[in-house]
Amino acid sequence: MKIDILLFGRLTEIVGCNRIQLENVPDTDAVSSCLAAQYPELKQLNYKIAVDQTIIHHNKVLTDGMTVAVMPPFSGG
Amino acid sequence: MVIKNEARYQRQIRLKDFGRKGQQKLANAKVLVIGAGGLGCPALLYLAAAGIGTLGIIDHDVVELSNLHRQILYSVNDIGRLKADCAAERLTQLNPDINIIPYPLQLSNQNAALLISKYDLVIDGSDNFPTRYMVNDACVLLNIPLVYGALSEHEGQTGVFNVADEEGIKVNYRDVFPNPPQEGEVLNCAEAGVLGFLPGLIGTMQAGEAIKLIAGIGEPLINKMLIYDGYTNQSYQIKLTPEDQAHQTSPADLDAFLHMDYKWFCGIKGTTGAVQELDAEDFKKRAKNQNYTVIDVRETGESPEAEGFKYTKIPLSTIRRHIPELSEQKIILFCQSGVRSVIAAEILLETYPEKEFYSLKGGILRLS
Repeated sequence: MKIDILLFGRLTEIVGCNRIQLENVPDTDAVSSCLAAQYPELKQLNYKIAVDQTIIHHNKVLTDGMTVAVMPPFSGG
Repeated sequence: MVIKNEARYQRQIRLKDFGRKGQQKLANAKVLVIGAGGLGCPALLYLAAAGIGTLGIIDHDVVELSNLHRQILYSVNDIGRLKADCAAERLTQLNPDINIIPYPLQLSNQNAALLISKYDLVIDGSDNFPTRYMVNDACVLLNIPLVYGALSEHEGQTGVFNVADEEGIKVNYRDVFPNPPQEGEVLNCAEAGVLGFLPGLIGTMQAGEAIKLIAGIGEPLINKMLIYDGYTNQSYQIKLTPEDQAHQTSPADLDAFLHMDYKWFCGIKGTTGAVQELDAEDFKKRAKNQNYTVIDVRETGESPEAEGFKYTKIPLSTIRRHIPELSEQKIILFCQSGVRSVIAAEILLETYPEKEFYSLKGGILRLS
């Protein structure tokens, strides 16, 4: 099972690109812990997750080919 | 409001779905723009040019040279003057037929509800989280549409909050970001940098969303957030839904709003006063003195590199995770704009209350 992860804002700097692919992530909580394990700096960051372009507020089960967007808040104006 | 000099708007009146009816709606509308900076400038220009009948401008700041690459309402002659006043003057020259009201004041929870209640729609062009949460909450309580916009380096976000969709569902900023980030976690334009065209695009989009909402045309970003990347030209839209738990910390009514402390809510602790801020001259003298240890708390890769004195690099994100060993008694911290260095010093002070901490006021930007 492959899940596309889209990254925005400072997350792209930490990960080094704006799109990665993760395997064996059954749900969005697993995406968060997988990212935190690979990139410890992400643990401290506040972000919101969207699955297939819809925001989620609780853990969501993922199926093959889904896209998960990881969005931090922006402050600049 | 009577439309004066209708010929000015002839090209937009010509649009079939907009027409004279749309122009009249703009003339009747009252729009408040919060922040006359990178986002506010282009938004204000297009709103004024389009004939919004009443345009309010809130900004307490003055024009600086480093604003001019993106804050396109201002010229070198305006440096040192209040942005709200300069913007009002410039916009009056552009369109003297509309009512432009400058508010050169600091928006707070004591004046926000009264000011916002005089308007039909608010554009958020602010540059900090306490203001964003405060403006959002005021708009929710007063039931006023909010067109959101925010930037991070080469990316921007925009969306329409507090407007019911066809099913009667509304969302606001707290549904997207219920918890504010820690102070210093998300960098503003002064710290992280921004290319001038990006606020130009996002601010213009915000004006466009306001015009579409008021005239009742097109498909405004109701319950949606658009993220635009100025480097790749990719845009990504996300459908937003309400999150009931997100509102546990929001004020229940206007009375509660008056008692909110938005800086505290956003994790901005009042400084203890124990960290002494140094101006550039004082910093340069002390940085060369061997009795002081100098630390750059910016994240890896931030530029410009400091020159002319010895220093070590310990990013704020590292300090938050792990308090470093500090052997010297006098420590000077610096960052890009002087915000993160104070935060870092306050954190270190908790572990090392006996040491002296200093911060470069205004950051490395003031050193040149």
